[in-house]
Amino acid sequence: MSTPRKAVALISGGLDSMLAAKTLLAQGIHVEGINFFTGFCVEGHTHAIRKKDQEKPKRNNALWVAEQIGIKLHIVDVVDEYKDVLLNPKHGYGSNMNPCLDCKGFMVKKAYEWMLAHSFDFIITGEVIGQRPMSQRKDTMPVVARESGALDRLLRPLCAKLLPPTLPEREGWVDRERLHDFSGRTRKPQMALAAQFGITEYSQPAGGCCFLTDVSYSKKLVDLWTGRGTREYDFDDLMLLKVGRHLRPRPHFKLIVGREEGENRFMEGYRHQFMHFQTVSCPGPLVLADGGALSDDDVLLAAGLVARFSQGRDAAQVDVQVTDTLGVSRTLTVTPRPAEQIPAEWYV
Amino acid sequence: MSHHQLDARRILCPMPVIRTQNKVQGLAAGDTLEVICTDPGALHDIPAWCRIHGHHVLESRQQGHEWIITVQVGASAN
Ligand code: SF4
Repeated sequence: MSTPRKAVALISGGLDSMLAAKTLLAQGIHVEGINFFTGFCVEGHTHAIRKKDQEKPKRNNALWVAEQIGIKLHIVDVVDEYKDVLLNPKHGYGSNMNPCLDCKGFMVKKAYEWMLAHSFDFIITGEVIGQRPMSQRKDTMPVVARESGALDRLLRPLCAKLLPPTLPEREGWVDRERLHDFSGRTRKPQMALAAQFGITEYSQPAGGCCFLTDVSYSKKLVDLWTGRGTREYDFDDLMLLKVGRHLRPRPHFKLIVGREEGENRFMEGYRHQFMHFQTVSCPGPLVLADGGALSDDDVLLAAGLVARFSQGRDAAQVDVQVTDTLGVSRTLTVTPRPAEQIPAEWYV
Repeated sequence: MSHHQLDARRILCPMPVIRTQNKVQGLAAGDTLEVICTDPGALHDIPAWCRIHGHHVLESRQQGHEWIITVQVGASAN
């Protein structure tokens, strides 16, 4: 074979896609990675925002994997296109707001487009039959291949032997015998293969690759849509769902309360877009109000809550500065709202 | 050889890397790109991205709460 065949590998940053790529590299295939940024990826974000996490070493796992196995990695921003996947999943949601099967189909479709545009020959993923209840079952494997348009140019090296031979196998570009037959939720075969490749360090995301599998994040997302009366969202909304404590004291607005210095600093970048609150007579968090027009009563209620979350929570009165989106500020003197007057349902 | 700038402030990883990658695609070998970021994660990610794509980080410096990373486009661009 003069020029090696080329495969584009979906790299999530976890062990499975790393092993899938490594399996093909071991067969002399030229592999490059692709990673999709949906806005919900667990990578970096909250870690980057919270100050205590800034001290820990952090890395983008997909980049790290690519470097470990010696392949290029192309990161593609799909935030806008992903909206349709999240809002209208043909196959529905998993246990939270995760539309895993549609998401897989979408990513393989994007990889397929990339493959055609860059004259690559096929696509590989780290999928394993039975690994995930929604998107990695024997009956869903053909769904992804079909709906993405990739058809038999989609190869899953970790479970290929349990599936019909794909084009790369039939054409002899890849030796089917040296692919794998992993299935089920056990991680043992992956660990054994990692050991065989001399891979000792890898990340093992617990729930999945994104925030949509997270109960509390999904709750906040649904609350955002309910509060707005529409399922629209933009990138800033997604970022803000990852920071602060969220309270919805009234249906038409919610408060985002910075929990520490790193979050406050990050939220400062959003001050011009939101009415915001900050205590002036004592240290306290930055608080953004997200929602429709706030009445004077709403502002007073919010100021009492802001005082509650400040260091003046036990003081008789606290001065709170309120600034609207035009940058006009005024100062209110309020009594911090007693904890027992903050119903648990207000916490999103 | 030309020098370019990229404002990647107030966006979080991996966005600074994506913007760097997209910008570098339009540059020639030897060109330099100065990326200004506020997410410290970029200090890790941009050099990692450069290493796997054959670009070079000439300098990383901090200015208050901002980091400035200067990248030189490698010969086998992208
Ligand atoms: S966990 Fe998230 S990124 Fe992964 S397949 Fe499901 S929806 Fe997509």
